[in-house]
This record gives sequence, structure tokens and C-alpha cells, in this order.
Amino acid sequence: MSTADDQTVGMSYLESFPRKFLRVYLPLGLIMVFLLFPFYWMTVATFKPDAEMYDYEKYNPFWIVHPTFEHITKLFFETDYPLWMWNTVIVSVCSTFISLFASVCAAYAIERLRYKGSRYVGLAIFLGYLVPPSILFIPLAAIVFQLGLFDGNLALILTYPTFLIPFCTWLLMGYFRTIPYELEECALIDGATRLQILTKITLPLSLPGVISAGIFAFTLSWNEFIYALTFISSSENKTIPVGAITELVNGDVYHWGALMAAALTGSVPVVILYSFFVEYYVSAMTGAVKE
Amino acid sequence: MAVMAEPIAAQIKRSSLWSRAFESRNFLGAMFMVPAIAILILFLAYPLLLGLWLGMTDTKIGGVGRYIGFGNFVSLAKDSVFWLSVFNTIFYTVAASIIKFAIGLYLALLLNERLPFKSIVRAIVLLPFVVPTVLSAIAFWWIYDSQFSIISWVLIKAGLITHYIDFLGDPWNARWSVVVANIWRGVPFVAITLLAGLQTISPSLYEAANLDGATNLQRFRHITLPMLSPIIAVVMTFSVLMTFTDFQLIYTITRGGPINSTHLMATLSFQRAITGGNLGEGAAISNAMIPFLVAAILLSFFGLQRSRWQQGGRD
Repeated sequence: MSTADDQTVGMSYLESFPRKFLRVYLPLGLIMVFLLFPFYWMTVATFKPDAEMYDYEKYNPFWIVHPTFEHITKLFFETDYPLWMWNTVIVSVCSTFISLFASVCAAYAIERLRYKGSRYVGLAIFLGYLVPPSILFIPLAAIVFQLGLFDGNLALILTYPTFLIPFCTWLLMGYFRTIPYELEECALIDGATRLQILTKITLPLSLPGVISAGIFAFTLSWNEFIYALTFISSSENKTIPVGAITELVNGDVYHWGALMAAALTGSVPVVILYSFFVEYYVSAMTGAVKE
Repeated sequence: MAVMAEPIAAQIKRSSLWSRAFESRNFLGAMFMVPAIAILILFLAYPLLLGLWLGMTDTKIGGVGRYIGFGNFVSLAKDSVFWLSVFNTIFYTVAASIIKFAIGLYLALLLNERLPFKSIVRAIVLLPFVVPTVLSAIAFWWIYDSQFSIISWVLIKAGLITHYIDFLGDPWNARWSVVVANIWRGVPFVAITLLAGLQTISPSLYEAANLDGATNLQRFRHITLPMLSPIIAVVMTFSVLMTFTDFQLIYTITRGGPINSTHLMATLSFQRAITGGNLGEGAAISNAMIPFLVAAILLSFFGLQRSRWQQGGRD
């Protein structure tokens, strides 16, 4: 982070360490422990043998005495987990690319072509962003069923863009607005078509915005739950969140080890992606709110 | 570059009706909008209207429904489970939003201090928001387990309680348990977006206040809060929207139990429509959420207006 972000004022550097420790580091530390504990607990449970997991008297629950991969191997070789992972990847990648393509075109048209009524379309798309999936899933289920898409990846690939396109369009409109008009005018005078302007000038200049939108859209589709739960019924077509919660619980028997392993291994890919693109992710999240 | 350098004469020769249409901004605009609009109309606008219609029919899964007017709403008005879910939703939203705001603002102020490894700390803080909610909710489910809850174990070892707490078996314990899980997930979003707002406040304001002898509390009350209020309005509207329509946490941790005491309107509508097969009734419950959402959106709209006005912008 650059020093420009450092907003501390005046003579705060004179503050003694014990004082600053009590005022800043201690509460920050406590909140961080609260925020990170579930991940720690997930990881510990994943690598703990059953004997230790259900015996807090003999073994300290906070530590693993004999680490094991039994839960992970069980998850990967005795359940449909690899298929869920594959479905999640396919659905997330396809819906992200469809949404990015549609959003780039829409945002460019609204922000730069300024066709008649583009302001109202922009506002309507923003309102679409505010429609939550939990009021759409019932009618969507009926539509998905009528179109014969029920219980297939395509049902999710086509419905996820409903919450991705409004978000990506709104974000990209903000980025396109920052590109000077003069660049486009120069290109127009040189005889470039609108499509050439979009692909050779606007897009390269707003690449950070496109990456931000893409990363955020990918994590949103990876995390999506209610559509996947409603539109998919057979185990081999499920995504990770749905598969974990519906297939790893047999009646009253919870396979805690496998559940935790699924939670951990299902989170790791998003976290890795996130760690590479933290700045883009944050700018997508804050950008959507700031506009 | 070859295309751009094409002589003008050649361009004029090609200008048929078709190519002139491609120079019209309205026509081009419409062409560019096609992919987005097609998807949004088919899978967003149409379902929204279909949902309003379904809420007035008695459609069952696999059957054709009949128009029954406000029949679903009349029967829901007599349904104690529905009213319980309304109460739960409001309680869940209000309790979680207030605490999320308090902790989130506090965390944002802490992160705005001079800190070592600031960017790494910020990246870690956001993790609960990045990880799939259902998967982290599974971890909470295990943390709240009635026999193996780590919270109970620690409290017993510390001598504070004598029996394991039944987190998810008692109505009020269960309500607070899911509220805590929701706070855990929502705090990072509130904190990081408010932090972005804090970073836009000019340090010179604080310097001027310092020279005038303002205390920490006065600086917070008279500079930070007013400068931050537009973004607070937007962030909290989003937060309220997300909390009010929450589904994943409840479905994973309690499925609405014990005895419907944590059912939100979203989970109840899923249970009635998909599990129970009464699409019409479920849609009516979803539709009952709309007035609340509209209120939240209007709030956001006026929040935005105010922010523009404060920054001296137009409209």
C-alpha cells in the first residue's frame, strides 16, 4: 500500500507504544481472531482423525495430534465431490465470460454512444442490481423448467448473469467514464469504427475495471447457492456449496470430517484467486457502492 | 492500423444504407445492448412479473395454477408461521445490521490508523466475505454443535458454565447464533467499504481541527461522521438488503428450526414453494418482501442524492 493511503494526522507518531497497543492493536487483534477463527476451526477439523474430533477429554480440541488425510481422500474418492468442483468451475467461468461480454457492450453503449434514453436504461440496470435472488428463484424455477433447462449446468450458466450483468455494467460504466472523450474522437477522425474504438482504445484503457468486474463476478458465481439448490436435483450436476450441504448429510448422520474438508477445499480456490487480485477485488466492491 | 489509414474516398463509396445505420448512435446503441437486455428481460424482468402473477395463483409444482386473487395473502394473514417468519426476518435484519455497522465502523477506523502490514491485514479482514457463505456456515454449524461446540468447551473449562449450551435447539439461542454468523460474514463488507470512504476524507480537515484544539471525539463527531454519512447510507442499505433477503446462512445452519423460530421469509418461501410444492404460496411470501425492499431502495436513492448535493455535483 502506498503512503498516500496513510491518513494518520499530526503528531500521532509521538504516541507511546503501550498506549497505541491498547487503543489499536488489541481491539484489532480481537476482531481478527473473531474473523479468522472459523477458518482455523475448519482446517483443524479437516485434518483431525475421528477419534480426536469427538474426544475433547483426551485430546486438546485446538490442536491435531495425528494429522490425517482420511477426510479429504474420502471426499475425493467416495463422493461426487470432483464432479461438483468441475461443475462449479464450468458454471463460474462461463457465466463470468457471458456477463463480461454483455456488460462491456452495454456499458460502452450507455456511457459512450449515449443513445436516446441511455440514462434511463442505465438506471434500470442499476435497479436490476437491487433485485435479490431470493425473490426471483420461484418464478425462475418455473421458467427454467419450461425451457427444459432443469437439472443441468446451462440452467445456472444462463441465470447467474442476472445478478452479474447489472453489477458488472454498473462498475464498467464508472471506468469508461474516466477515459477521455478526445481519444475516441481522434480514432473516429482516423476512420475507426465504433467496434474498433471499443476493442482497441476503450477496453485496453479500462483493463483494470474489466479484471475487477471479472474477479468479483467469478467469486459471486462460485458462492451462489439458492439458484443451484433450486434448479439442480441430481448429485452429479450439483455445485460445491449445494453438494456439500445436501449430499454429505445422511439423515441424522453428519460426516463432519468430510463436511469440513469440503468447506475447506471449496474455499481454497476462491481464496487463492482473491489473494492474487486483492486490489482489483476491493476496487470492485467499493466501486459498486461509491457510484 | 491499416484500417484506420484507409483513404476517405473508399469509405464514402461504401456508405450504403447499412453502413450509415452503423454510424447512427441509436442503432449502434441498440445493437450493443442486445446481449445484456435479452438476458435481463428473459431471466430478470419476466420472472419478476411472473412472480407477482404466481403469488395470485394456486400453482403447484408440475400443475397449472388458477387465478385466486389475494387468496394466498388472506390465508397467509391467518398463518402464525408466516407472521413468525416476518418477526424473525425483522429481528435478524435489525439486530445484525446495527451490530455490523458498529463493529464495521470501528474496524474501519482501526484500519485507517498507521499500521504495519496494512494491506495484508486488510486482505485478511475481507476473507469472510470472499469465502462461499454456505461453506463458512458449515464451520459455524460445527462450532454450534450441541455436543462438540468449542464455545461451550472453552466456557466450561473457564468455569463459567456447567453444561453445554444448546445453541441451535433453543429458539432465542438459535436466533442469536445465526445473527452472530451473519455479523461475522457482513462486518468485512461494511468495514472495507467504509475504510474506502474514510480514505477520501482530506487530512487537511483533521489538521485544521487539531489546530483549533479539537479532541479525538470532536474530530470524529464533526468531521468523520458528516463526511462519511453518504457512504454510510449506501453501505447500510446494501447491508440491510442482503440481510433481509438472506437465505444461505439459515438454510445451512438451522433450516428454519427449532420449531420455525429462525425461519426467514426467504427460507419459508423456499420451504413452501420448492420442498412443499406450493409455488403460488411461496411466491406470495416472496412478494411480501417487496415492500420492505422498495423502502430500502428509496432510502439508498435519497442517500445518493444527498451525497451528490454534498459534493457540489449536479442533479
